[in-house]
Amino acid sequence: MTLTMGRPMREIFGETVAELADDDPRIVMLDGDVGSSTRADIFEKAHPDRYLQMGIAEQNMMGVAAGLATMGLIPFISTFVSFAVVRPLDQIRVLIAQTGLNVKITPGYAGLFTGQTGMSHIIVDDMSIMRAMPGMVTVSPADDVEARQVLRWAAAYDGPCYVRLVRDATARFFGDDYRFEFGEAVTVREGRDVTLISTGTQLPRVVEAADLLAADGVDAHVVHVPTIKPLDVAAIVAAAQRTGRVITVEEHSVIGGLGGAVAEALAEHHPTVVNRIGFQDLYPESGPNDALLEIYGLSAPRVADQVRRLLGRS
Amino acid sequence: MSTQPAADVDAGEVDRLEEIARRIRVELVRAVNHARAGHLGGPLSAADLLAALYFHVLRIRPEDPDWPDRDRFILSKGHSSIGLYAAMALRGYFPVEELMTFDAAHSRLQGHPDMTRLPGLDMSTGSLGMGISAGMGMALGARLTGRDSRTYVLLGDGECQEGEVWEAAMAAARHGLDNLVAIVDHNKLQQYGWPGDGPDGRIPPQVPGELVAKWTAFRWRVVEVDGHDMAAILRVLAEAGRGDGRPVAVIAHTVKGKGVSFMEGHYFWHTRAIKPEEFAIAMADLGEPLPTGQGAPA
Repeated sequence: MTLTMGRPMREIFGETVAELADDDPRIVMLDGDVGSSTRADIFEKAHPDRYLQMGIAEQNMMGVAAGLATMGLIPFISTFVSFAVVRPLDQIRVLIAQTGLNVKITPGYAGLFTGQTGMSHIIVDDMSIMRAMPGMVTVSPADDVEARQVLRWAAAYDGPCYVRLVRDATARFFGDDYRFEFGEAVTVREGRDVTLISTGTQLPRVVEAADLLAADGVDAHVVHVPTIKPLDVAAIVAAAQRTGRVITVEEHSVIGGLGGAVAEALAEHHPTVVNRIGFQDLYPESGPNDALLEIYGLSAPRVADQVRRLLGRS
Repeated sequence: MSTQPAADVDAGEVDRLEEIARRIRVELVRAVNHARAGHLGGPLSAADLLAALYFHVLRIRPEDPDWPDRDRFILSKGHSSIGLYAAMALRGYFPVEELMTFDAAHSRLQGHPDMTRLPGLDMSTGSLGMGISAGMGMALGARLTGRDSRTYVLLGDGECQEGEVWEAAMAAARHGLDNLVAIVDHNKLQQYGWPGDGPDGRIPPQVPGELVAKWTAFRWRVVEVDGHDMAAILRVLAEAGRGDGRPVAVIAHTVKGKGVSFMEGHYFWHTRAIKPEEFAIAMADLGEPLPTGQGAPA
C-alpha cells in the first residue's frame, strides 16, 4: 500500500471552521494564543470579528466558551491538546460537559507529532480522560479527509465534543468518497486471522503493518474507530467474532483510550483475548516524528513485529 | 441598616428591599436548618446584594426564565446557593415552600447550583473561580449578538485566591467588556482561613485595600460599597452599567453571617448544623421569632 501525504490537519482546522462560519454566524473561534500554530489564524483572516483572542489563560477560555454557548454561539477552541484537556479539566467538567453546552474542544498537536516539544506537550492520555467524562463525546480522525468531515459534523452536533487533531502532515488514507459517520467504526481491510483496531493517524501505519503481515501469511482484519465515545460496540463485537483475536493499536496510552474502550466492550459483550499496543504508562520524550514512532513501537514494521510476537509467529 | 438614602434613591424602595433581604435571610436559615446541611455565613453576607439584584437591578422575567434579552446573573461563589435560591423563590421563580427541598435527594435545589435542573440559573457553579469566566463569555456573547443584556457575577473574597479569577480579569479588560459587573462579597473570611492573630486565630483572605488594588491593576473600574447599605448598593449598581469601556468590579464590604448575632464574623459558621436553641436565637435576630415553646423542626 502506497499512500500520499495529506495536508496537515491544523490547516484543515483553520480552513474548515472558517468555511463553516461563512454560512453560520453563530460560529466563533477562541484562541489560547497559539493561532499561528493551530492555524486559527486562517479563521482570523476570514472572520476577524469572530476570532476571540483569550490569551495564555486556558481555564478562563473554557469558561468563556461556556458563557458564549449559553448566548447561542458555537465556540471552537484553538489550543494544544495538553492545554485543552488537562489544564482546564475542571472547567470542562463543571461548565461544559455537565451542562451539555455547545462547545467544540478541537485542539491540535495530538499524539507524538508536536514539533519536538517533549513531555509537557505530548499528552498520551487525553482520550482516556475525555472519554471518562460524562456528557463528553470523543473523536479522533485518521487523516485530513476525515478531519474535515469530523469538523463539519462537530459544528452541526448540538452539545460538547472533543476532536483531537494533529499538527503535522500525515498520510492520506481516505478517498474523496469517504463519509464519516459519528459513532460508527469502519472496516478498512478484511481478514480472518486477527482483528487490528486503530484510531486517529495510526490507521495508515496499521494498514501498512497488515500488508507486512500478509507477506508472512497472517491475514489481518483492520477496523478504524474514529469515534472513541460512543463506541461502535456492535462493529467491534462482529470483528471479534470474525477473527477470535483482537489487537488494538493507538498513538496513545493503552490505559483507558481505544484499547481500554475495546477491552471493556468485549469483556461485557463477547469475551475475547485483547492485546493493546500503544504507550505503556509512560511520558514520551521529544524527537523527530519517525524516531519517536520507532522508539514507541508505532511504526508499521514495529507494529507488525508486535503482532507477530503476540500471535506466536515470530 | 441603611444610612441616609441619597436623593437619587427612593426611600420606599430601600425599605422594600431591606425587608426582602430580611426574608431571604429567614428563608435561607430555615432551609439550612431543615436540611441539616449547607452554608450560612456566605449566603447571609450576600443577602442584601441578592435582594438588590433580583428585586431591583436585574432585567429578568421569572415567568420566562430563558428570555433571551434578560440580564444574566452568575453566583460564582456557588456554595452560597441557598441565598440565591431564597432570592429566586421570593422573586417568583418557584414556590417558596420548595426551599425546604434544599439538599434533599431529587431536589432542583442542589447543594451547588446546577443549571440543568433549575430554570433561571444562568450557569452551574461550585468549583470556585469559574463563574467570572462564564460571565465574561456571556458579556462577550451579548456584544457579539447585539444584545444590551448585562452580566452580573457575584464572587467571594476567598474565591479571589483562585488564579482563574485573574485570567478572567485580564481577558475581560482586554475585551473592554463594560457590560460585565463583578461583585465581590468581601466578608473578610473564608472557609477556614490562614492562621494568624485575627478573630478565632484566622486572618482575612486579603489585607485591607488588596482587592481594590488588584482589580484596579487589572484595569477594571472599581467601586467600593457597604454591602449591607441598601441605598448605597442601589446607587453603585445603577452606575455600574455606565459603559466607559471597562468592566466594573464592585467591592462590597460585608460581614460574614450578617444578621445572626452569634454567626457574625466567625469563620466556623461558613457551614455548620444549627442547634435548636441556636435556631430560635437566629430567627429572633432576623425579626422572625418562633412562637413560644417551638424549637427547631427536625
